[in-house]
Amino acid sequence: MAKAKKTAAKKSSKSTKAPAGKRRGKGGPATTDRITDLAQTVVAQAGKGTDPFVDIPIRALSNVDFNRKTRYIEMGDKSQRRNFFNFGQAKRFMQTMLVASKCKDNIERNKTSSIRGIFYQAKHSIKGTKEKTFDTQEECDPVLEDLEVALDSLREELHVYASSRGAMIGELTFVDSGDTIDATRLGSGGYAIPSIVEPSVIQFKKCNAKFVLHVEKDTVWRRFVEDRFWEKHKCILTHGNGQPPRGVRRLLHRMHNELKLPVMVLMDNDPWGYYIYSVIKQGSINLAFESGRMAVPDAKFIGVSSFDYERFGLSDDVKIDLDSNDIKRAKQIMEYPWFAGKKEWEKEIRKMAKNGFKMEVEAMASKHLSFVTEEYTPAKLKDKKSWLD
Amino acid sequence: MDDATAPSATQATFEFPAEPAAPAPENIRMPQSAKARSKPTQGKKKAAKASGPASAETMAAQQREISVAEFFARNRHLLGFDNKRKALLTSVKEAVDNALDACEEAGVLPEIHLEIRQLSEDRFRMICRDNGPGIVKQQIPNIFGKLLYGSKFHRLKMSRGQQGIGISAAGMYGLLTTGKPVSIVSKTGAKKPAHHYKLAIDTKKNKPDIIEDREVEVPWERGTEIEIEMVAGFNRGRQSVFEYIDQTAIANPHAAFTFKGPTGELMEYPRATEELPRETREIKPHPHGIELGVLMKMLKETRATQVGAFLQQDFSRVSSSVAGQICQKAGITARTWVNTVDPQTAEKLYQALQDTRLRAPSTDCLAPIGAEAILSGLLKGIKAEFYTASTRPPTVYRGNPFQIEVGVAFGGDLGGSSSSDDDDNGSVGKKAKDEPAAARVIRFANRVPLLYQQSACSTYKSVIETKWNNYGLSQARGAIPQAPVVILIHMASVWVPFTSESKEAIADYDEIRKEIKLAIAECGRRLGIYLRRKKRRAHFSQRRDVFHKYIDEVVEACRAMATFNKDEFRRSLVSLAEQATAHADIEFDEHGNMIQPKEQAERTLEHTVIVDREGEPPAGQLGLFATESADTNGGRKKKRAKAAKGKTKKAKSARKR
Ligand SMILES: Nc1ncnc2c1ncn2[C@@H]1O[C@H](COP(=O)(O)OP(=O)(O)OP(=O)(O)O)[C@@H](O)[C@H]1O
Ligand SMILES: [Mg+2]
Repeated sequence: MAKAKKTAAKKSSKSTKAPAGKRRGKGGPATTDRITDLAQTVVAQAGKGTDPFVDIPIRALSNVDFNRKTRYIEMGDKSQRRNFFNFGQAKRFMQTMLVASKCKDNIERNKTSSIRGIFYQAKHSIKGTKEKTFDTQEECDPVLEDLEVALDSLREELHVYASSRGAMIGELTFVDSGDTIDATRLGSGGYAIPSIVEPSVIQFKKCNAKFVLHVEKDTVWRRFVEDRFWEKHKCILTHGNGQPPRGVRRLLHRMHNELKLPVMVLMDNDPWGYYIYSVIKQGSINLAFESGRMAVPDAKFIGVSSFDYERFGLSDDVKIDLDSNDIKRAKQIMEYPWFAGKKEWEKEIRKMAKNGFKMEVEAMASKHLSFVTEEYTPAKLKDKKSWLD
Repeated sequence: MDDATAPSATQATFEFPAEPAAPAPENIRMPQSAKARSKPTQGKKKAAKASGPASAETMAAQQREISVAEFFARNRHLLGFDNKRKALLTSVKEAVDNALDACEEAGVLPEIHLEIRQLSEDRFRMICRDNGPGIVKQQIPNIFGKLLYGSKFHRLKMSRGQQGIGISAAGMYGLLTTGKPVSIVSKTGAKKPAHHYKLAIDTKKNKPDIIEDREVEVPWERGTEIEIEMVAGFNRGRQSVFEYIDQTAIANPHAAFTFKGPTGELMEYPRATEELPRETREIKPHPHGIELGVLMKMLKETRATQVGAFLQQDFSRVSSSVAGQICQKAGITARTWVNTVDPQTAEKLYQALQDTRLRAPSTDCLAPIGAEAILSGLLKGIKAEFYTASTRPPTVYRGNPFQIEVGVAFGGDLGGSSSSDDDDNGSVGKKAKDEPAAARVIRFANRVPLLYQQSACSTYKSVIETKWNNYGLSQARGAIPQAPVVILIHMASVWVPFTSESKEAIADYDEIRKEIKLAIAECGRRLGIYLRRKKRRAHFSQRRDVFHKYIDEVVEACRAMATFNKDEFRRSLVSLAEQATAHADIEFDEHGNMIQPKEQAERTLEHTVIVDREGEPPAGQLGLFATESADTNGGRKKKRAKAAKGKTKKAKSARKR
């Protein structure tokens, strides 16, 4: 696979730009060397009679900081020690080593694997037992994420790609793996955003867009595509199928930074929508170590706002009752340091609570099918004051 | 002992009350009554004719004394003859109990030969021979041909029999169902002749009918042999003669038994100890707990003439000064003539007796089995992995000294105990092991197994009331624990309060239940400690297994990532695993207490035996307690042959189906 080879070769120096200061600086050792180090350390520990361990930075709210200067979430330096000779950790430790060895194997063979592929590569019965090294994909995924943070390597550097969901269409011409793609000529399906969108794979060529409009879901995106919104408004349309995968977020980041395009976000009016917006803007807790290369701190939330119900005279039909989970989640979001202290957001969330209902973007169709593309979104785009930051 | 004085000295006759209302409950000290010779039926014909409402006169014609024999012939269920199988068991039990009592009383190590022959479908002959003191010729007819005739009722002494009904009832049952008299051969010494009697019991008169009486030659020196033919049923397993003998052997390790069953198999139960149970002293009743009626009866029967002397002589723990105190409280003096005590005074005296502080009754009247003997009995009979036993100090209920002993056996072949759930090739034995087992309660009263009426028994209630969850066993509310455990409970007393004449269940006195529960708790605590230790050990080795399991994976994974000496790496991981699990063992404690390795290692438990049954093949169904022996060869071979036989039997019945 020639493409993969290229990716691997260029990777190390370019993409390991540490997003947070706490990460290893640029030009650290190549990923394979880091993996070898990991194994050597374990062997050395055992040789000295110490219980072998791997320190794994904690991927949880307790270990992220919101950096007010850079305006994105950074991973703290708290880490958890994973010991082999600890009854509760032994299996995880074994799994970590196993996944690491598979990654190294893939890198050396110049193969890229999906997370599903890694799972199957690492899964086998343990000698002399009926036990499997891994039982489920869900067991394997966090081990891989642990390894990413422990090795301070990106997923791509480990030759693993995530499933790609998310699409793009609009006023942009770019090259993907050598093929030139004119994103204005993609019919109704658009371009499926791959999980690896590094400059080694995707290079931007010509851009006529004035901004990027990112919508939450495929269904909404299709409405905009059918109405050729991107053409009328000179923009690029993307969606990430809910919580956007890394590829989508990385692409938004690149378009914003390299093409200097503002990123506008249109989400459902519910706590989940708020959260997805915040992930695009500040990064996620789980992947805080990658915020630096994925977050778009300048992204703007254009809707759907809790005030829009009255503002646009929407009918009762759009209302969906909030449940207790929504309220809990909303409270949680309000307390995140990157939301806290933002007056407008506070008002927004309070309003939603007061409304007692949430709304989906699709609900705009209750006015008429293209209300969202013809009236709502243009109006929101024009009214900067209605945006939330 | 060459002569038969011991048992015969106090043999006496006494009668059943004229009013056989409800069968007297426990402690049936029967009030004396007119001589119970039943009169020939008068007016029977009249009564038969009489129809319509009865008058006092017609009723009077029917009112007459009822012979105790007649009463029990009609109510034989009260004596344990309610069905064919139980009848056989009860007969065996009466014969063997008597044999053991007689031997012990005579200071002889018991050697008992029991045989059951099947004569036809439901007709059996039971033959029981002992090496006891024998019975003097003149007493034989009364003992076997008269109900309520015995040596044990009139005294307070620990013995198996206590009512004087047992063996004659068995004989009567045989006679009633087959018409055949009881056959007795007894010999009181090497140089004495053996007397052979054939006796029938005249139920109307409760009197023996001598059918045959002659001298015979026997190949044994001394003892008694009794033969009863009866309609009966033979079974195996629960509530069978087998179970009775098995359990009797546990509680009587000083006795040797042989048992020849109807299919010709011979089971041998060798003696486990040469030591006879401690000789027990006969005691006088203790004033605390006796009833007013008993006191009045004693006043009437006493040989003493003055109340002071009466109290001192007929009761235990009453000194002359205490007697004076009691009399004073009752408003009389020690000099007061016994025959002047009227019912009101008797009541005052009774109250005074209860109100006066007295020393607890002496306890040399009790001979517990002993924790050690219980342990060896359990060990011999049950293939468990954990055994413990506890004997409580003697105490008193209703003035009667008693003592409780408990033994507990857990796990092993009782099932469900195997701690590791590692792969197993699922052998048949293993399968049986995994079935959930319910606890089994083995009950004894004065060393006699109690096989019926379990749920009415104080012992069983105590087991249910015990919180077994505290000792690591699962138990549903109001149920016995659901665990592979055998709980042996023994009550030794000068008077065991049975719930009925068939002596099947111990009455539920608070004092008794409290003692049983205390003894159970003592054993339970030890079991709990054992189970926790075992669990800890299992965890410990489980951890080691987990580490070992993953070591190769880690070695291989690392090897794929870096270059190093593989063997060395593995060795250091293995030694680290050992260290880690040794450490884990200290840390891990069920209550989070840090236990020092030395201390926990084996803080030895009192009266407890732990057997490592790992790798031992599970024993067959048979031979729970006995070593079966062929006539000439050792037992082993026979056992195998027997097992094979069982298999073919099964195969056959399967084919039938
Ligand atoms: N095998 C024996 N050897 C010597 N004496 C015996 C033997 N069997 C019975 N006796 C004597 O016969 C008496 C009557 O026995 P029986 O079984 O009828 O009553 P018991 O044992 O006194 O009381 P229970 O009704 O509780 O069994 C006994 O008290 C005992 O003195
Ligand atoms: Mg008896």
